[in-house]
Amino acid sequence: MAHHDKRPLSPFMLGQTYRLQITSTMSLLHRATGVLLAFAAFGFSWWIMSIALGGGYAECATAVTSSVLGKIALFLISLALMYHLFNGIRHLAWDAGFGFRIPQVYASGYTVLALTVVSTLILWFVAMSGGAA
Amino acid sequence: MNAKFRSPLHQAKGWGSAKSGTGHFWWQRVTAVILALLVPYIVFLLASIGGADADSLRATIAKPWNAIIFTVFAIALFWHAKLGLQVVIEDYIHDRAMHLALRILLILGSLVGLLSAIYAIARIAMTA
Repeated sequence: MAHHDKRPLSPFMLGQTYRLQITSTMSLLHRATGVLLAFAAFGFSWWIMSIALGGGYAECATAVTSSVLGKIALFLISLALMYHLFNGIRHLAWDAGFGFRIPQVYASGYTVLALTVVSTLILWFVAMSGGAA
Repeated sequence: MNAKFRSPLHQAKGWGSAKSGTGHFWWQRVTAVILALLVPYIVFLLASIGGADADSLRATIAKPWNAIIFTVFAIALFWHAKLGLQVVIEDYIHDRAMHLALRILLILGSLVGLLSAIYAIARIAMTA
């Protein structure tokens, strides 16, 4: 935590001395989606508590999740969740020692992006057709 | 002796270890694996019943395997989120007072979020 000199630190390197590329952008997105999902976790607690309490609380929660703004928020959270899920599996593969060659890193990166879009679309197809939404 | 003549290694010696070792790394991975297994199930379950009324939502969550899966999910979720946000705080918040305040707030907030989720799941399971 202590600073002994004035060297630039990681977030301030971006743009000035470091060019963003797909690898670093995806790394940044993993952290950003992680922070968003951590806050969304509290939304999950609020939602399930409202459903548990029932009555006006449950009506309020259902009104929020079925509103346009609520749907947009849920869509963004689901997009972030699918990204963090697939990129997290990519990270676990790296932790296990797989996929470190640069072409593999790029291939797995584009695979994660494709799976994120496809799974989010399937999820919302299920939500819009299966559920009463 | 002036501190700038000491090597970083010498400055670290004698203070002992932080005693936590690889615990943070390990539990972040364990909770990640648990979440990777449970998230697809939870997400598609919620997507398929999301638009339903509160009574049928309660009936679904109250099923024994769902109540248990939701509880394990909530524990892994808040534990994983706590570990992740801790790293973000460690990386970006360098002011010592603010750092300590956020670290304590994170622990308390995670506990409140997790315990309220578990309470809600238990209440649904016992009353629905």
